[in-house]
Amino acid sequence: MEWETVIGLEVHAQLATKSKIFSGAATAYGAEPNTQACAIDLALPGVLPVLNREVVIMAVKFGLSVGAEVAERSVFARKNYFYPDLPKGYQISQFELPIVKGGSLDILLEDGSIKRVGITRAHLEEDAGKSLHEDFNGMTGLDFNRAGTPLLEIVSEPDLRSAKEAVSYLKTLHTLVRYLEICDGNMQEGSFRCDANVSVRPKGQAALGTRAEIKNVNSFRFVEKAIEYEVQRQIALIERGEKVKQETRLYDSDKNETRPMRSKEEANDYRYFPDPDLLPLCVTSEWVEKIRQTMPELPTQKRVRFEHQYELSAYDASLLAGHKALADYFEAVLKLTPAPAKLVVNWVMGDLAAALNKVNLDISKSPLSPEKMAGLLNRIHDNTLSGKLAKEVFEVLWEGNADTDTIIKERGLEQMTDSSEIEKIIQQIIDKNPTQLAEYQAGKDRLFAFFVGQVMKESRGKANPEQVNALLKEKLKGEMNV
Amino acid sequence: MLHLKTLSEMADDLAEKRYSATELVTHFLNRIQNHDSELNAFITVTKEQALSTAKKADQDRMAGTAHKLAGIPIAQKDIFCTKGIKTTCGSFMLDNFIAPYDATLIERCNQAGLATLGKTNMDEFAMGSSNENSYYGPVRNPWDVTRVPGGSSGGSAAAVAARLAPIATGTDTGGSIRQPAALCNLTGLKPTYGRISRYGMIAYASSLDQGGLFGLSAEDLALVLQITAGFDEKDSTSVDHAVPDYSKTLHDSLQGVRIGIPKEYFTAGLNPQIAHCIHEAIKVYEKLGATIKDISLPHSDLSIPAYYVIAPAECSSNLSRYDGIRYGHRCENPVDLSDLYRRSRAEGFGSEVKRRIMIGTYALSAGYYDAYYLKAQQIRQLIRQDFVEAFKEVDFILGPTTPDTAFKLGEKTNDPISMYLSDIYTISVNLAGLPAISAPAGFSDNLPVGMQLIGSDFSEAKLLNIIHQFQQHTDWHKRMPEGV
Repeated sequence: MEWETVIGLEVHAQLATKSKIFSGAATAYGAEPNTQACAIDLALPGVLPVLNREVVIMAVKFGLSVGAEVAERSVFARKNYFYPDLPKGYQISQFELPIVKGGSLDILLEDGSIKRVGITRAHLEEDAGKSLHEDFNGMTGLDFNRAGTPLLEIVSEPDLRSAKEAVSYLKTLHTLVRYLEICDGNMQEGSFRCDANVSVRPKGQAALGTRAEIKNVNSFRFVEKAIEYEVQRQIALIERGEKVKQETRLYDSDKNETRPMRSKEEANDYRYFPDPDLLPLCVTSEWVEKIRQTMPELPTQKRVRFEHQYELSAYDASLLAGHKALADYFEAVLKLTPAPAKLVVNWVMGDLAAALNKVNLDISKSPLSPEKMAGLLNRIHDNTLSGKLAKEVFEVLWEGNADTDTIIKERGLEQMTDSSEIEKIIQQIIDKNPTQLAEYQAGKDRLFAFFVGQVMKESRGKANPEQVNALLKEKLKGEMNV
Repeated sequence: MLHLKTLSEMADDLAEKRYSATELVTHFLNRIQNHDSELNAFITVTKEQALSTAKKADQDRMAGTAHKLAGIPIAQKDIFCTKGIKTTCGSFMLDNFIAPYDATLIERCNQAGLATLGKTNMDEFAMGSSNENSYYGPVRNPWDVTRVPGGSSGGSAAAVAARLAPIATGTDTGGSIRQPAALCNLTGLKPTYGRISRYGMIAYASSLDQGGLFGLSAEDLALVLQITAGFDEKDSTSVDHAVPDYSKTLHDSLQGVRIGIPKEYFTAGLNPQIAHCIHEAIKVYEKLGATIKDISLPHSDLSIPAYYVIAPAECSSNLSRYDGIRYGHRCENPVDLSDLYRRSRAEGFGSEVKRRIMIGTYALSAGYYDAYYLKAQQIRQLIRQDFVEAFKEVDFILGPTTPDTAFKLGEKTNDPISMYLSDIYTISVNLAGLPAISAPAGFSDNLPVGMQLIGSDFSEAKLLNIIHQFQQHTDWHKRMPEGV
């Protein structure tokens, strides 16, 4: 039987605010345990939550970016359960009335086509603290620094049909939230976490199969592997005549398998009810409009613009648009040089990207400013530098403070474009290599490259290769006629 | 006999330097020492802090920088968190709890220089109508020590009634200020929901809880409400509504004021002598120029059932934080997490608290939520609507505060329903979020009788005005228990 996979994703994006969602405590990652937890985060008696305005603005930005409805009225509810790292005994989360409803995200599939994935909702909530089970001699350590950190939970429709699609959706969403500057996207630090709802059904069947929820998978690669494992597990179960249980499962990346969580951890009646400490959240259309004015250009918009404005290929445009800082750098360079966009792309995504990669630096921290990059491209564009010399100059630029023109002058690297000078060198080479000349004349065409190489070497790489080619061809022809 | 003066008189005396704040505070501390063993109104007495505050008030007054209330003693209900001073909320659960912050109300009292004498006894987590649910033992009514002072703010009420403090704070979720005020012959104000910040006030039922005051007269309450009322950015449910000068309008004439008498408040359950007192009060208001009108609040009978779904539901969630993990009582040698939770909470909470947590947990459970919590919220809207309709015809609503006078200690402890009914006239006011005052209106068998005046949103100034006018023409509020 042929099976179809159905996947819906819930992403928890940690909002990049300085302070927590309901208190003034800092949200910075990696502080000493319990140094960033105030009375409100610790749920001391009598304290009250006050909503962080910045969090609302970020949620609205996200809603606008996926074409969703921003609810005029949304409500914070209490999700009640006991756990040591949940200080209040309830999590404040939006339940029945979320701030963002509907919307969609376009993702690029492997075959180059675009798929539209529905977004059901996105709601605001607070994170819990952390339980640390190691290093405490059979006891549990509690760190409440993370308690009260703002999260935006983004829930997709069950529109994804393979692990690869799921990963593409996640990557697109990951790019989007960083574009909006509402989430730093750091998956290792847990700023961007994913739960996957996975089910299978016989191809052609309309009804959904029973789903399992895979919790907290923290890398794109593991999401793919976890879903693939889970799909195979479910298919095998059904084919054996067994049933898929609706349950929450954990992915073990060491063993590459999913395992059910203990039923105790999931059999909860959360007793949701509206939090009486917080009034309903009202976001007026005027406010939404104000926020809309501050929206950056989004990845899709940028990709389309790059294709049209700079006549880039879809591939180049989408690679650039996928990384905002890279796109910004590209455009900054382009403004400073008459060189064609394609040349700029090749250098920015080629040599520069490779050099940055080698030292593990983001483009935003590039030691080579757009000004310096443009300086180099100017000299390539006006033929002062050959490609080979340009690479040499780039190395020097990367290492130090000098600019391209100074380097060229100091090292005498201008391209040799004077035909008579090139001809002189060609003559010398021909004279020095009578044997090779004879062989070439006898029909060994391959030796043409040898002559080019010798000429380039003699000119220390400065001779314009195109000119060398043309002049050499002519000269050798001439020698034959002698 | 400094304790026989009203707060307003003390403020004048201090301003005139007839005596010092230190003398005044010392006098009240001595009274507490001599009389509180019988009443049990205080859980903690903060002698040193009170004296140092008084000393500072005296210095400031000499320097001419003192607030007019600086050095006036106050008793604080032990539900308000006080920095560095134990805050128990009447519970063994918090027997060891010292907050690192002041409640906003405490902060404002401190800023004005009021001297906190101590923290008063209360029903555990403000759940109760007799103050018999306190881990620290029952409070006795100064009018008859075999009787209850009412609850949950019983300690504050007893302290002021016995003149152990000229003023005290309380909280009112279903009548916890007004009912003890009625039972102890005090003037007790429950302001509009959102008028006084709830920050640092330990939550029982968040959508109903409101801090307020006990005093000997409307005039005294006006002075302290002035400094405690107002918006607080730390409480999202506090309301940014202008705070008027509450003392300025006390003397306004009542000519033409319309007072409504709800027929639902004068039914079979009401002690006839209390009904008589209320009718006498109505006559006083008629003499003062008010118009009296019969009105109806048709959904009154639904207030107790709605309250006993909403309040426990909120409390079941509010009290989840007492889990023995971060502060408060933790059981000895827990074998695992579940044991830690179960025993810490079983040992830390008293039976009424457990009862309400269980009722509330049940009411919010999957499958019951719609039938209980949602339905109760709908009823709440109907009750609020009753008042909105009534206030189209009248300015205030007058009735009894309680169906009966102070009952005997132990009389209702095994009959929660009967206990719950003592708040039958007060609860609907909390459900509607309105301000109300209970004020002395006479006696029945030598026990105080309270009348309740209910106003529309943020009508505290007017409410204090009509009580003040009543108190200018009656002397019930001046009567004192024997031996004071």
